[in-house]
Amino acid sequence: MLNKIYDWVDERLDITPLWRDIADHEVPEHVNPAHHFSAFVYCFGGLTFFVTVIQILSGMFLTMYYVPDIKNAWESVYYLQNEVAFGQIVRGMHHWGASLVLVMMFLHTLRVFFQGAYKKPRELNWVVGVLIFFVMLGLGFTGYLLPWDMKALFATKVGLQIAEATPFIGSYVKVLLAGHEHIVGAQTLTRFFAIHVFFLPGALLGLMGAHFIMIRKQGISGPL
Amino acid sequence: MSKERVSRRQFLSYTLTGVGGFMAAGMLMPMVRFAVDPVLKAEAGGDFIPTPKKVSEITKEPVRVDFKFKQKDAWYESEVTETAWVYKDDNGKIIALSPVCKHLGCTVNWNTDKEHPDQFFCPCHYGRYTKDGTNVPNTPPLAPLDVYPYKEKDGYLYLGKAKPRKEA
Repeated sequence: MLNKIYDWVDERLDITPLWRDIADHEVPEHVNPAHHFSAFVYCFGGLTFFVTVIQILSGMFLTMYYVPDIKNAWESVYYLQNEVAFGQIVRGMHHWGASLVLVMMFLHTLRVFFQGAYKKPRELNWVVGVLIFFVMLGLGFTGYLLPWDMKALFATKVGLQIAEATPFIGSYVKVLLAGHEHIVGAQTLTRFFAIHVFFLPGALLGLMGAHFIMIRKQGISGPL
Repeated sequence: MSKERVSRRQFLSYTLTGVGGFMAAGMLMPMVRFAVDPVLKAEAGGDFIPTPKKVSEITKEPVRVDFKFKQKDAWYESEVTETAWVYKDDNGKIIALSPVCKHLGCTVNWNTDKEHPDQFFCPCHYGRYTKDGTNVPNTPPLAPLDVYPYKEKDGYLYLGKAKPRKEA
């Protein structure tokens, strides 16, 4: 049945080369854990991507209940966590996944660093990877405020003070992030929400696309 | 079982699809259940809401009765006002009609159309209903006005959730 549907589409659109380009490529022996168990270090990049997918999915579902408004944010989070079926699990996935994605990304970075895999001709991919790292940190920072509880508020106040300490442009950066000179409030929350669900994920998808195109083009780095 | 041998590649693709599907389902099930929760939530029983109207004051002439109740909309609680047209029919039975026009949902009034007195009239598209709420043929509405179930308690009128009636 599935084969027939596939053949029907393939006959018309010739999709086989498309997915072959994406999915069908050799895994060299030195990155295959079945040959050398120590090759599990090559999994961290893929695991980062896997957790990112979970983050995007669980985040999409959370916005079905969440409201980015100072009067309702905390209430809606409380409601979705305690009144909605599996709310605790879906929010838990997003909460713990946020930390896990940073851990996986850090391990991936360590592997690339200590294997020297960033060296010519892969310097550009290292640069894009570092940009992804910053985007991820930004996602963590902006997402932390959204539940609008005391911990979120004061963590953000500290974070904004750190941004403010930037030489010359610090005070402008702070106002740009907080939306107000002195208040961390209504405008801060909507800004952080917009950054968290539209701007940074958009940047992240673009950067990840570039990251993956480059690794397919250049292939994985050779054995040590 | 067929006699055809399962090739190594087939075996791998079946097991990987199976395990992968199981893991994907484990991931997606909580999220989907989370999303469809409003559909599966049990609806609260139809409570009767007190109105400020004394049963003894209800006459044969329909009057507008506004009644308020607390509505809980997830994390948002508010006071909502609803309206009923209330009168006693010829047998002395209380009738409480919903003012929501069955055409496109405007609010109907009693006896405001001078050409057709003693009827409910909807100003939006000139829909009309007779006193018992039955839609007048050849006007836009296709069904009679909804009816509130009612109760009498301590001399006051209590109304439930308005229910639709069959087509006239």
